Amino acid sequence: MKQITFKLNNEIRSIYVEPEEILLDVLREKLGVKSPKCGCDRGDCGACAVLLDGRSVRSCLVLAIEVDGHEIVTVEGISQAGLTKVQQSMLDNNAFQCGFCAPGIVVTTTELLEHNPRPTMEEIKEALSGNLCRCSGYLPILESVQHVVEEADNE
Amino acid sequence: MNKLRHVGKPYVRIDGKEKISGATRYTEDIEFGPNLHYVAIVESSEAHAKILKLDVSEAKKYPGVVGVFTAQDFPYKFGLYMKDRFIFAMDTVKYVGQQIAAVVARDVKTAKRAAKLIKVEYEPLTAIFDQMESIKETVPRIHPKLGEYEHVPWFFPQANTNIAHWRKTRRGDVVKGFDEADFVLEDTYTVPRYAHCPLETHAAVGLCDLSDRLTIWASSQSPHTQRNLFAESLAPLGFSHKDIRVIAPPIGGGFGGKAGVSMEILAAAIATKVKGNPVKIIWSREQEFYNTSQRLGVKAKIKIGVKNDGTFTAIDHKLYWDTGASAEYGANVVNAVGLSAIGPYRFQNISIDSVCLYTNLPPCGAYRGFGYSEFMFGLESHITRIADHLKIDPVEIRKKNAIKENDILAYGVKMNPNGLIKCIDEVAKEIEWNKKVTSNDPNKEVGKGFSLIWKAPAMPPNASSAAFLKFSEDGSVNILVSGMDMGQGYLTVMAQIAAEILAVPITKIRTETPDTDRNPYEWQTVASHVTWSCGNAVRKAAIDAREQIFDVVARTLYLPKDMLFLEDESVKCRTKPDFKLPLKDFVINGIQAEDFSFKGGPIMGHGIFMPEFASANSDPETSQGGHPNVHYTVGAAAITMSIDKESGEMHVLKAVEAIDVGKAINPSLVKGQITGGLLQGLATVLYEDMRFNDKGKMLNPNFTDYKIPTSKDVPDEIVPIIVEVPQPDGPFGARGVGEHTMIPAAPMIANAVKDALGVRIKSMPITKEKVALANLKKGELNAKTF
Repeated sequence: MKQITFKLNNEIRSIYVEPEEILLDVLREKLGVKSPKCGCDRGDCGACAVLLDGRSVRSCLVLAIEVDGHEIVTVEGISQAGLTKVQQSMLDNNAFQCGFCAPGIVVTTTELLEHNPRPTMEEIKEALSGNLCRCSGYLPILESVQHVVEEADNE
Repeated sequence: MNKLRHVGKPYVRIDGKEKISGATRYTEDIEFGPNLHYVAIVESSEAHAKILKLDVSEAKKYPGVVGVFTAQDFPYKFGLYMKDRFIFAMDTVKYVGQQIAAVVARDVKTAKRAAKLIKVEYEPLTAIFDQMESIKETVPRIHPKLGEYEHVPWFFPQANTNIAHWRKTRRGDVVKGFDEADFVLEDTYTVPRYAHCPLETHAAVGLCDLSDRLTIWASSQSPHTQRNLFAESLAPLGFSHKDIRVIAPPIGGGFGGKAGVSMEILAAAIATKVKGNPVKIIWSREQEFYNTSQRLGVKAKIKIGVKNDGTFTAIDHKLYWDTGASAEYGANVVNAVGLSAIGPYRFQNISIDSVCLYTNLPPCGAYRGFGYSEFMFGLESHITRIADHLKIDPVEIRKKNAIKENDILAYGVKMNPNGLIKCIDEVAKEIEWNKKVTSNDPNKEVGKGFSLIWKAPAMPPNASSAAFLKFSEDGSVNILVSGMDMGQGYLTVMAQIAAEILAVPITKIRTETPDTDRNPYEWQTVASHVTWSCGNAVRKAAIDAREQIFDVVARTLYLPKDMLFLEDESVKCRTKPDFKLPLKDFVINGIQAEDFSFKGGPIMGHGIFMPEFASANSDPETSQGGHPNVHYTVGAAAITMSIDKESGEMHVLKAVEAIDVGKAINPSLVKGQITGGLLQGLATVLYEDMRFNDKGKMLNPNFTDYKIPTSKDVPDEIVPIIVEVPQPDGPFGARGVGEHTMIPAAPMIANAVKDALGVRIKSMPITKEKVALANLKKGELNAKTF
């Protein structure tokens, strides 16, 4: 067991982990952060995406010990001060159906808009291409992101 | 009479905020405390074999193992429509991946390590992987005791064969019909198996406490049906329905795969052996592919006769289905198609044989579309080919033969009111059907494809829905129902129906996912029937509550009951414009009368709905005499697609889909169904390609090798069109729409490929490789087809 200390959703957390423990399992089972989902356990689906120092990673492919001294943000953290513009846009547009992929997609779009506030439709599609959604047909999600970009352009 | 205030509004879904903020708790997210136990499953490595020896002794001794369970512990059969499955393989295994044993431990690692110590010795039996083999006299019987299985009365299993069910429909005289035809086209179309791929895999937790109270939390479309099947299967252990409670938290997609019962029964059964401890089973993505259910594969032989003017004279449709090792749900898909394989067309002379065959591949069952996507691939390809041969426009031939209200269906009942012609016209207009589009890129061709949409709910004739509705002190409302919101927006739609009748905003209505102890009965959330069926129950519950409100107001305040109405969360009176009594003032605590006593009390409505006109009893040789389907939802769709001639790469430029939903209770959610369902349908034809090796093992049970679409695979544009010809017995005229959206995808792609390149592909999927190869061989292919 090794003690790791990292910032999780704006709070410093310390926890003992085995070297082989996966970040996704530690977040869900030891720290009670349930928004990252396990959809495939091999990095295909993006449902477990979290922000590691501001960049999205698949938490099923990250060892927990790797985040020692770093910062992790999940949808719980993103939603702390209320819904963000892109979350609100997705909500208003009924972008999600079952919602299982939503945490990963919110994480990915948050990263996208942080680093590229004016993405083109092609860039939005590219950014989200690692997040599988089986319900929506993607278009309502893509349109929601585009809507936020257009709103920003109008400001 | 009044303008609708809530029904027909594109409201934001009532569970939207919890989903977008990560607050939704799916089954896997629920905490069960430090006593939670985990399960590892030992699966069959053989497709068909006798189990000679099953040695669990080493696993039982492994430190930390709480228990090891096999068929010896649960020698019970189960099944939705036919009891042909055991909880664990009994004596023989019938497909690769079938569960043989379960190891329970306090942690996953221990359970998995111990499971590896279980030794199974097999004696291989001849395995059958093709339904056309399975039908032969000479092959081994996969279920030697088929003749003894319990099943619903509308199934016709053939003892001592591999035929689990054979639905025959006969009407008119097909021999005469083909004689009258000027042209007869006959061909075979092949549709393979597909996987549902919900993002959330199957998950179930069972807890049997020391008072023998059994609770199962399951990612489920069917909590009441599961409780019923658990109670039936576990009856020998002394459990009755009242002892069993199924709680269905929000689910991460279903698409039919979480209907009926599959792995959930493991959680229920195992929990009874480790009393006092919750037991959790989560399917891996691999298991989700091969050990839940898959969509049935089919080989369909279609023969249609037609006059030179395009009038259809006869159809002979023979469908041979691969249901895998179990038919307990799959046989009802076969049944549904056997009653409806004429498509949305007027035929006087009909012969349908829909034959359900066992194979040694994973069991098949319900999948969005329930057989209609599969047979419509062949039928709608065939009709475009007939039109091309007769030099009639494919849209015109469809309009000419399109089924109309009161036309007689294959089983002798009249067709319901519908807007099929309007759907066809709207789609043809939006896709600019008569305008030829060409590509600027010399390497690409552009084609258009058209298909109709057609589906009825497939359900037992007495499938029912029920609803309770109760008020709180502030006039807010809880609706208790047992349908499942899989993402389609059912909870929101139920709230809108109640809001309309009770004049309460949906922001003051809470509808949650089911719990069989607390919420009233619902058969299952399948068949695209809950908006219609449960919507009727909720409507009746709201009307019941409204009656109670008017009663207490009328008798306490001496107002004429028939002059009362609800508006703005208040009771008002037509003859007394100044009167306004807010609901919050009395729906719990009653109304104070002149003598200061209180009248009334908590307002609680209830409503039930069962289609009392339906009947599954009919002549087994003709299917005439019953009323098996409650109604059909119809529509039309078209695409414009560009194809790279060399690589076969296909790109959908525009897709249009019009569906007659009767009444769109929430148009935003209907459009969501069209967009999502259409892409799911396009995926089955363009990308998804399930592969098995020659030993029956699925080779690509993951998202790397079984490709479902990403955000880069979407059509440039999808235009959803809502048509509303009311369903007379639907809530506000509504009928179902969820499954129908994916049905036209495959045939319209096939028709567009033909339009663009001149090659006709008759087997799914239509991958770019297949298109490129077909285009290369165009010369020789064109000699055989058109």
